[in-house]
Amino acid sequence: MDLRPKRYVDTVVLSPVGRIDHSTSEDFKITLAPHMTRCAEGQDRVILDFASVEYISSVGLRVLMLASKQAKSQRGSLGIAALQPAVREIFDISRFTMVLDVFPSVREGLARLSPKALAAFDAA
Amino acid sequence: MQPDGRLKVKFWGTRGSIPVAMTSAEVRRKLISALTRASGRKLETPDQAAAFLDRELDFAGSHTFGGNSSCVEIITGQRDYVLCDLGSGARVFGNEVLTTRGPSGQRFHAFMSHTHWDHIMGFPFFMPAYAAGNHIRIYGCHADLEEAFRGQHAAPSFPVDFSRLSATIEFVRLEPEREYEIAGLRVRPKLQRHGGDSYGYRFQGGDKVVVYSTDAEHKQDDLTEIKAFAEFFRDADLVIFDSQYSLAEATSIKEDWGHSSNVVGLELCQMAHAKCLCLYHHEPVSDDERIAALLAETRRLEEITRSDRRVEILAAYDGMEIAL
Repeated sequence: MDLRPKRYVDTVVLSPVGRIDHSTSEDFKITLAPHMTRCAEGQDRVILDFASVEYISSVGLRVLMLASKQAKSQRGSLGIAALQPAVREIFDISRFTMVLDVFPSVREGLARLSPKALAAFDAA
Repeated sequence: MQPDGRLKVKFWGTRGSIPVAMTSAEVRRKLISALTRASGRKLETPDQAAAFLDRELDFAGSHTFGGNSSCVEIITGQRDYVLCDLGSGARVFGNEVLTTRGPSGQRFHAFMSHTHWDHIMGFPFFMPAYAAGNHIRIYGCHADLEEAFRGQHAAPSFPVDFSRLSATIEFVRLEPEREYEIAGLRVRPKLQRHGGDSYGYRFQGGDKVVVYSTDAEHKQDDLTEIKAFAEFFRDADLVIFDSQYSLAEATSIKEDWGHSSNVVGLELCQMAHAKCLCLYHHEPVSDDERIAALLAETRRLEEITRSDRRVEILAAYDGMEIAL
């Protein structure tokens, strides 16, 4: 899975596409892993731009939960942004909006995670 | 089967972990809400009042999901009784049998998911066990099945020792993944992920299939396990499923606590082409409004994730009957 990483100073924005379910979640997990390794205090912040994610199943949400736990253990920052309406409902129903940092847009996520990255995003 | 060849399922206890009861404050809140809604209505007879409750109030406004712990009856239409688990709901069931069929001469088959307290606690209050002439067979896959039942009757937990029960009581050890013919049903147990293990049961009577799968945690990234459960649920008419936690809880702070969620239950039923998912083993903290919201949310999730087949979603309540 190509996460199309874009760097804004100290923040990497990753943009998965399509469905994250049993057939794609392992690929998503593997592709996400190196970014999560660097999602640590003094290193990168990570935002997952979900604007092009049409569906996420429980196994995909589990990948996000493990990524969030890893980020917290490394004192890093992980945000999920720009959920499509149906995906937003899945997050709400599964209560993932209560345990992950979810932002209406990438810009709002950057504003919370890194002012420097936001400035770079606005200037791009 | 019923005379018409159909199975029925009746829920006698639907609450997870520990029995709960509505508080007087909750009863009062429901009454105030109902009376306020009834203002100005002509409700002079019981029938008029009942019609108002049925038509104008939602389930949580006019009923309660109830608070007894796990006990489900599978009604085959034959003389023998078939139960899943003997939580506190078994007390109510036993009293109903005494009332309708008399104190003795009955045969009971109880399939145990496991022997955690909330699943066996009804047995010391299961009155048919105290009457000679009743025959109770308790089935399970755990080696310590009998020990668990005898233990809760022993001092200092209970005043009447197991040896003083007058019914004929047998314990029957089953093997998982093996199919049995019991009380007119084909029965297959399956090992589930739970502290000390638990077992689900797939019952087939005629062409109808009921799966009882409670106290089971599912690791979504274990594809082999997920596929095995989808096969266990395959084409079931009804899947009774442990949905005690939200998915977020089950994958974070309550991971490895041995329970599952509405989201995973729906996904498994969709994979299995099951016809109906019944949310079960409700979280004891949840009030009626919260369980009703869980049901509505699960129905909405089914809508937005549906492919070619619809899965009917229900939430079990004490006293609920489902004809298959």
